[in-house]
Amino acid sequence: MEFSTAAGTVRAVDGVSWSVGAGETLALVGESGCGKSVTALSIMRLLARPAGRITGGRVLFGGRDLLALPEGEMRAIRGRDVAMIFQEPMTSLNPVLTIGAQLAEPLTIHLGMNEVEARARSIELLGLVGISDAERRLGQYPHQFSGGMRQRVMIAIGLACNPKVIIADEPTTALDVTIQAQILELMKDLSRRLGITLVLITHNLGIVARYADKLAVMYAGRVVEDGPAEQVFRAPRHPYTAGLLRSVPRLDHPRRQALETIEGLPPNLLRPPSGCRFAPRCAARIPTCDRDPPLRTVAPGRRAACHRAEDMPAALPTTPAPPREARRRPQPGAARLLQVRGLTKHFMVPARGLLGRKAVVRAAEDVSFSIGRGETLGLVGESGCGKTTVGRLVLRLEEPTQGEILFDGQNIAAASEREMRTLRTRIQVIFQDPYSSLNPRMTIGDTICEPLIHRLRMSRAAARERCAALLRQVGLPAEMAGRYPHQMSGGQRQRVGIARALAMEPEFIVCDEAVSALDVSVQGQIINLLAELQAELGLSYLFIAHDLAVVRHLSQRVVVMYLGRVMETAERDALYGAPLHPYTRALLDAAPVPDPEVERARAPRALSGELPSPLAPPSGCVFRTRCPMAVAECAATVPPLREVRPGHLAACIRI
Amino acid sequence: MSVSTSDEMVPPTRRRAWRSSPVLRFVLAQPLGAAGLLVILIMAGAAILANRVAPYDPEAVDFMAMLAAPSFDHPLGTDAFGRDILSRIIHGARTALSIGFLSSLLGCTAGGLLGVTSAYFGGKVDLILQRFVDIVLSFPIIVLALVVVAVVGRQPIAGIDLNLIAAIAIPIVPRAARVIRSAALAVRAMPYIDAARAGGYRHSHIILRHMAPNVLAPYLILLTAYIAQAILLEASLSFLGLGVSEPKPAWGLMLAGDSANFYQEAPWMILFPGLAISLAVFAFNLFGDSLRDWLDPKFRM
Repeated sequence: MEFSTAAGTVRAVDGVSWSVGAGETLALVGESGCGKSVTALSIMRLLARPAGRITGGRVLFGGRDLLALPEGEMRAIRGRDVAMIFQEPMTSLNPVLTIGAQLAEPLTIHLGMNEVEARARSIELLGLVGISDAERRLGQYPHQFSGGMRQRVMIAIGLACNPKVIIADEPTTALDVTIQAQILELMKDLSRRLGITLVLITHNLGIVARYADKLAVMYAGRVVEDGPAEQVFRAPRHPYTAGLLRSVPRLDHPRRQALETIEGLPPNLLRPPSGCRFAPRCAARIPTCDRDPPLRTVAPGRRAACHRAEDMPAALPTTPAPPREARRRPQPGAARLLQVRGLTKHFMVPARGLLGRKAVVRAAEDVSFSIGRGETLGLVGESGCGKTTVGRLVLRLEEPTQGEILFDGQNIAAASEREMRTLRTRIQVIFQDPYSSLNPRMTIGDTICEPLIHRLRMSRAAARERCAALLRQVGLPAEMAGRYPHQMSGGQRQRVGIARALAMEPEFIVCDEAVSALDVSVQGQIINLLAELQAELGLSYLFIAHDLAVVRHLSQRVVVMYLGRVMETAERDALYGAPLHPYTRALLDAAPVPDPEVERARAPRALSGELPSPLAPPSGCVFRTRCPMAVAECAATVPPLREVRPGHLAACIRI
Repeated sequence: MSVSTSDEMVPPTRRRAWRSSPVLRFVLAQPLGAAGLLVILIMAGAAILANRVAPYDPEAVDFMAMLAAPSFDHPLGTDAFGRDILSRIIHGARTALSIGFLSSLLGCTAGGLLGVTSAYFGGKVDLILQRFVDIVLSFPIIVLALVVVAVVGRQPIAGIDLNLIAAIAIPIVPRAARVIRSAALAVRAMPYIDAARAGGYRHSHIILRHMAPNVLAPYLILLTAYIAQAILLEASLSFLGLGVSEPKPAWGLMLAGDSANFYQEAPWMILFPGLAISLAVFAFNLFGDSLRDWLDPKFRM
């Protein structure tokens, strides 16, 4: 399979082979750009033409080669025998057609049903994927469904013709942890009940561990290892698999000082390296690795593409945690750098028409926390919980409705524009998306020099020198200063974002999902970098994230938010070790751990229900609609955040 | 189900040679736009070298050759004063292109800055600026130009009709402001603008350094599109006697006055200047459309 691009030909998938039996779940794992989605699209023959061409190979489905079928027969197989579910539930449904029309489409086309039959089957299908009130919902449009609900509809459409295989390409990546758990439980359950083969494409090793029977790991367009999930997780035979497993921060392991990472970047497939494609990043490299290792059987049912597969994973040295200066432990009660008290932000939604009523989105409601010097506070929660709003308020990118934000004694919430300009040299930000947080029309050097020249009044020469030092500090060669953002990888751009934030030597940095857009191996590198910089420069972070394991790795204290309110605040170990609030517990339960044995031992449990609309939050405790412990009283009063144990606060009346 | 693909040699890309030149790529991807560009370049060349290219002095009166039909001596004929029409069209290109380009540049730049500022501040500033734009937009473009000419007069300053340029530029301002504002609103929502705000730079710095360069593509498209509009407007104003004044050669002026009186005896007096206007407008429109497709990343592979 190869793609021709403006820059040449990319062999996106190269000699990939795997197989999956009826009723099994196979997970295709790898980082972005490794070719997993392209593999899936090739199977369906849905590649964009004329850029993508399949240059060789076979896809055998029940003995027939899908690649050799005429287009007419292939169309009949697509959607009927093999269904596909895409990542983005927001865009994969047609916004101008009702859900009913979209569900009926495969039924009438592939199965020749009439309207009445199709409608009856549609209602049955929606029931199957757990959408209640199916009859009414058939007449609704996609925008009336939440992200999780749309993904359920996509699954229902996929199931419509009783397919034998469902290929799901990152089906839950765009969803929240608790919704992700619901969707995956549903898919696994359906696969078990209806005997459907599931091909699950994902980058999340936790999901693989919980749901997959078999596993194929891809790297740089090739399968580097495959086998039964349990065995691969227990003893990976390829250094890349082993590295991936080691580089994710894990909730079920004790916290280590630094994460082990796979150094370097995946190769550019326009010019793949000769020999083993992983060799340049491999810690167990030997001279033989100049030759291309074939994918060979290393144990019954297991294959790996490594010359040293038999020695793995023992041959891979565990990198010792880099020696670090003793961290200046923040003493409790020591000078608080940032104190947030009663912070509230309401967004006004304009009224619809003259008679409509103005609606209010309560993005943050009475949020309080504090951060000491050199400390990291983690802020976790699902999308729409207000964590990003809190970050933006602290940066004064939004005007708070109420409350105060004391930074070193000065109230950010009430600072004048002039005072704010001074404060902005001390508070900086790192954004989530490394693609859109850098100005595409400025070189990296200009981006980093800008604050030096315009705020610190440095000369151009001095700024260039400092820029080179900053680039080296974040692990980039100084020559990169001449490049434009689109000439760099995601991880490199994020390093530039960090360098820009460091330029003015701030004391405090807001990291808004700073690592969540990055691939696993690169994410580990950035996390380590953030930790090193903190130890070196005595920085304080407000670390906003949805990934509980990452937050645990970096933070000393953690705040859990839900629908604009703080649910629980505690020291890291207290929160992860003995969570008090039912929402925190649900979050921790929903996060899959990359270990099949741990996962199989856990009972399937997913938080039920949907996130309520922030336009009309439930009365009393906002979590009560999804809370397993809710009682009638919960609807009456808003539970105050109270100190249940010393330093451990929770907002729940049932504790 | 099983999947396997096999290796096969990748054929070398054939089209690498021309990929390196952006001009050549534009020509191959947008042949119509390239044709428009060619016409524009020829006109611009003729305008710049008018003194050498034109066979006659455009203002020279020749009573021996009044209303002469196209002939070998006068390829496009002569007008009621015996002036050579080809020479007047070539010199008229100077007027048309310079006034067209300068007024479009002025109008689009002012409108663009207005639009970017409006989008950057949002809220009340946006509301007030946009209502102002609404008011100006409610005048038909020609009426507004007429009003401006009436107010500022029509005396050429420093050899160029600055007030004519202003009269044509002012109706362009609100239109450019609208389009650029909508593009700038998308830029305003990008995290790099938040990063700049968090950097504590002055508003003018953020607007000029971070917002403006990122709306360059729609700005360039507007610029070419409004050159065509401005040429038309200049011709209309000259035709109405409010633009360039005799004896200076201008296309719109050549259509007015005597041409109408002699259209039966000497149709070439109307035909050729009219064709010049149409060709120029057509060329700029073709080029502008292709430029839009070319700069819009959604149309790129």
